[in-house]
Amino acid sequence: MAARTAAYWPWDIVAAALMAPLPVALLVAPGPEGTPVQAIVSAVAALAAIALLLAGGRPPARPLRIVVAVLAAAGALAPLATLRDGALGAAGLTFLLYMLGYTVLLWRAFALLAMADMPRVVSRGLVAAAFGVALLWYWQVIVDWFLVPRALLPSPAAIGEALASETRLLWSDFQVTFFLSVLPGFAIGSLAGFLFALVVDGRPFLARGLLPLGSAFSAIPIVAVAPIMIMWFGSGPESKAAVVVLMTFFPMMVNTLGGLAIVDRMELDLMRSYGAGYWTRLLKLRLPTALPFIFNALKINATLAMIGAIVSEFFGSPLAGMGFRISAMIGRLNLEMVWATIAVAAVAGSLFYGLWALLERIFTFWHPSHRR
Amino acid sequence: MNVSEATAETRTAGDAAPARSAAIDIRGLSLTFQAGDQAVHALSDINLSIDRGEFVSLIGPSGCGKTTLMRVIADLERPTAGSISVFGGDPERARLGRAYGYVFQAPTLQAWRTVERNVELPLEIMGMSAAERRRRSRDRLALVGLTGFERKYPWQLSGGMQQRVSIARALSFDPDLLLMDEPFGALDEITRDHLNEELLALWAKTGKTVIFVTHSIAEAVFLSTRIVVMSRRPGRIIDVIDCPLPATRDLAIRDAPEFLEIAARVRRALRDSHSYDD
Repeated sequence: MAARTAAYWPWDIVAAALMAPLPVALLVAPGPEGTPVQAIVSAVAALAAIALLLAGGRPPARPLRIVVAVLAAAGALAPLATLRDGALGAAGLTFLLYMLGYTVLLWRAFALLAMADMPRVVSRGLVAAAFGVALLWYWQVIVDWFLVPRALLPSPAAIGEALASETRLLWSDFQVTFFLSVLPGFAIGSLAGFLFALVVDGRPFLARGLLPLGSAFSAIPIVAVAPIMIMWFGSGPESKAAVVVLMTFFPMMVNTLGGLAIVDRMELDLMRSYGAGYWTRLLKLRLPTALPFIFNALKINATLAMIGAIVSEFFGSPLAGMGFRISAMIGRLNLEMVWATIAVAAVAGSLFYGLWALLERIFTFWHPSHRR
Repeated sequence: MNVSEATAETRTAGDAAPARSAAIDIRGLSLTFQAGDQAVHALSDINLSIDRGEFVSLIGPSGCGKTTLMRVIADLERPTAGSISVFGGDPERARLGRAYGYVFQAPTLQAWRTVERNVELPLEIMGMSAAERRRRSRDRLALVGLTGFERKYPWQLSGGMQQRVSIARALSFDPDLLLMDEPFGALDEITRDHLNEELLALWAKTGKTVIFVTHSIAEAVFLSTRIVVMSRRPGRIIDVIDCPLPATRDLAIRDAPEFLEIAARVRRALRDSHSYDD
């Protein structure tokens, strides 16, 4: 037993070391014809991959883990450097084997990273970031390797260039969409949904009449009403804000009503025993109880607002906005700009959602799902 | 029915010395719930008078209306017949005058408030100044032995401690009457015994009138000055048993012959009430 636990064999390091000559070989002898050197080295890479798969399990000591991490990071550079010169030809098989071996090494490196004893927040962020970078890396390698036409899928590097060179345009598009459509629509829709819920609450005839209507309304794809909003409010940001209002109203109303309904009978009796009136009951008991539901609606609405504003810009808008930019650049086959705008929208959407998730954690820290 | 009336009446006559005013006076009270098209008789012809400073337990099988009777006293339920006065007025006036503190089966603490802010909740609603609120919450928490836990959240406390917070909260605005509805029912026996002793000490110290609903005969006998035995639905009072144990008592008294004798009387009364229905 003791022998088994003690017998750690640094497979990771051996495998990584075995793979190290390959990038060198690829860099030294690139070209359309495969060389014997490359054939041998590619077999080594495959062997390394298998060794790593078998190793699994026990994590190595901390210094060795760092070696694995460094090797994994360094190994990523080789394919990028190799592919810069274009077609691989017969060296393609070597390259494929290297990619396979490297994937297993990366797998192992990620597993070790997730296992590392860091604060949970740091560890989570780090693993997520590493996955993101790995995804971009595979994307770049595959686009370069198979010479994917840029109209089909531009490489991350090309999108990055567009992001860097058109920063001002992207920023102004973001401002128009976010500050003139998303934010006002989100605020008005959520607030109106909330206030409406307060009115409907305790008036069963309103709830019975409105809730089925509300769910029917939410069932129709709301962006379908975008053209109508454009007819009513013009092609400016106001019509997009109107679409967002419509999209965010019902989720907030339904969630708030649900939250107001879950209050415990006994707690209401307690408030009654203090002679508390409607507003006291609302502020000191029912709204705090409903807060997790309200934050849930805010998170849903943050996502819906971004989608609603961007998609409704497709139906006509002045010459700015993220949705407008996407539809215009698709027409010009400027896919780099399309993807750059998508990247901005994704980051903005995530941050907007993240803001509400963060506020939720701060304000409903007491809820069982957030307790330490 | 005759038994209950007779006992209740004699009790009232016997206990009501002219100088003392009754805290609670209930006469011919009935309560019928309308459940669909069926009438549920929750309480039937209740006569009961409770003096200031008494500790009265209501005991009976589940669904006998003990809690309902307590809720009527608290003005959380309206009787359909008969009369009730709380401190000489109607229950609504007593409720709006914050005459009673109610302790429920569950602690009903607000998870988003710290322990001390939970105790201050009724004071906040009454519009008391922050300094006075803080002073009182500190004082009441000390009274229930929770000094040092002021800044904790309820969910960081054990069930017994949570229930003590809820008692501190009921005492925060210094009501004359404490209504306790099976407050220790969900706790384990050891915690329960401990809290029973504390409650008795608290009652001796504050001199409040306490009405206490329980399932447990031992708990009722240990705590009370009088025990009101109720029958299964429709809830009636079938016996009111005096409990003349010494004012200062500890758990050891539960082995004393006079304790066992009273417990046996309560048990007999409860058994008789069962035969009514079966």
